[in-house]
Amino acid sequence: MNAALIAIALVTIGAAVIALSCRNLLHSVLLLAGSWTGVAAFFLWAGAEFAAFAQVLVYVGAISMVVLFAVLLTRRSREDSAPGPAVRGRAGWALGTGGLVAVVLLVAVGGTAPAVSPSPPPVLTVRQIGEQLMGPQAAALLAVGVLLTAALLGAVVLAAAGRPGNGKDQP
Amino acid sequence: MNAGPAASDPILERLPGLLRDWLLQWLPEPVRWLANSLIVIGCILAVAGLLFAFLTLAERKILGRIQNRPGPNRTGWFGLLQPFADGIKMLTKEDIVPRAADPVLHLLAPVALIAFSVLTFAVIPYGRHLVPVELDGAVLYFFAAGAATELAVFMAGWSSHNKFALLAAMRALAQLISYELPLLLSFVPVVLATGTLSTTGIVAAQAGWRWHFLPHWLVFTPWGAAGFVIFMVSALAESNRSPFDLPEAESELIAGHLTEYSGFKYALFFMAEYFGMCALSGMAVTLFLGGWQAPLPFLEVIPSYAWFAAKILLLLLGFIWIRATLPRLRIDQLTRLAWKFLVPLALVNLGTTAFWLLTAPWAGPLQVVRWAVALALVAGPFLALGRGLSAGLGPRTYRYA
Repeated sequence: MNAALIAIALVTIGAAVIALSCRNLLHSVLLLAGSWTGVAAFFLWAGAEFAAFAQVLVYVGAISMVVLFAVLLTRRSREDSAPGPAVRGRAGWALGTGGLVAVVLLVAVGGTAPAVSPSPPPVLTVRQIGEQLMGPQAAALLAVGVLLTAALLGAVVLAAAGRPGNGKDQP
Repeated sequence: MNAGPAASDPILERLPGLLRDWLLQWLPEPVRWLANSLIVIGCILAVAGLLFAFLTLAERKILGRIQNRPGPNRTGWFGLLQPFADGIKMLTKEDIVPRAADPVLHLLAPVALIAFSVLTFAVIPYGRHLVPVELDGAVLYFFAAGAATELAVFMAGWSSHNKFALLAAMRALAQLISYELPLLLSFVPVVLATGTLSTTGIVAAQAGWRWHFLPHWLVFTPWGAAGFVIFMVSALAESNRSPFDLPEAESELIAGHLTEYSGFKYALFFMAEYFGMCALSGMAVTLFLGGWQAPLPFLEVIPSYAWFAAKILLLLLGFIWIRATLPRLRIDQLTRLAWKFLVPLALVNLGTTAFWLLTAPWAGPLQVVRWAVALALVAGPFLALGRGLSAGLGPRTYRYA
């Protein structure tokens, strides 16, 4: 059981690390998709089927496409790669920030007393998740929906603003 | 294949399970679960592979007959060995990778595509006791695995280091993303009506007959019929089949994003396309055509998996027939059809389903009203949107013909 978790963690974090250090943006995007798949595998390992499939459907299927299109449509040329870490200071800053986060995480994890006997996780069916989302959590779901719609509209406005000649252009 | 067959079932129904148990008894207890999974995987791969082989042959034969020629008939009896000859040819061909291509991604693209396509076979109930994996969110799993194939298409186009391949991959992605929406929206009414995302649950909800002859299949409701048609049109587009085969368009675009592929990798892409077609047909059978259920009560003596096979073959023949009949769409027609026609229709269909479910207690003459309103809700938007779609494209007048 734990071996599977370690393997999933290695794949997820490893893919993310290589994605960060890749010089080729497209490789980074694909590795990021791999990392998201790893997160889905973790959900599956933890028994959250619904979250795992939603993760694959939304992140690997849709968000990765958005990222790919964004990368392809904004790059100047094919060999245009990410700027190299020329400044030593940036590496220092990154290490400092990462270290701080690590310290906070370690303190938080160390401060919590480990559960003596881990209770078995509740087995949720999709129906129960749906009833939770439509019942007690309906307000939160609506808020998220409104937020995403607003973001979508904002993106449309931003994308449409730079177009020469408004409206009547022929395809 | 995890549900143990009940002893009351007829012998043919239990045969696959019995065979598996007979095989497993020779193995020690600790490795049985592994052997069980391997047997299931092997069966799926063997059946899907053979289906792919003979589907290509059937397609070529039927296309030939429709075009008034015999089709392949030289290799083996009636050309039955043609797929194997093609397979050997593909295996022995030279595998050419362009010098500037990204070798890892170039290799990974067909592998990822075929892997995700095979994954979709896992949750389809092939028979009463033949469900490879029973999942609570099986339908979601199916479409999640299907959505991941888009990444492979992009990888194929980009890694070839060929601008035409990249452009074609972007076109293919535009098509896949556009038709994903109506595909997903068209099965939501089924989930709404059956109240479950598990494929076995959806098939179980379609059991029984009204008046002893009309099955409770969802396709026999107004919204089910509309949903089935939307699903099948989107499935055609998702599996790159004619009339939506413009990503590869053999006659115009030297195979689009597959331009730089040759030999067995090219064959793998074709295999994935056919696997996707079979899996989507299987899902359509499960969601709308009652899965493995027999159409009439006295026909239940025929085992359930035979019914499933018959239904899926019928749908696949429909795919081939459509390919022989309809000309290819243009890319603007394709996206317009998705966004201005299928997506609104699927959304309206959701409302129709809600009406249908809310009026379930109606009886007597109100039942007629229920059918009439539901049919109007299906036909009205179809006609209105269809008019809008073809506005200004009316019948062509040939002035100099």
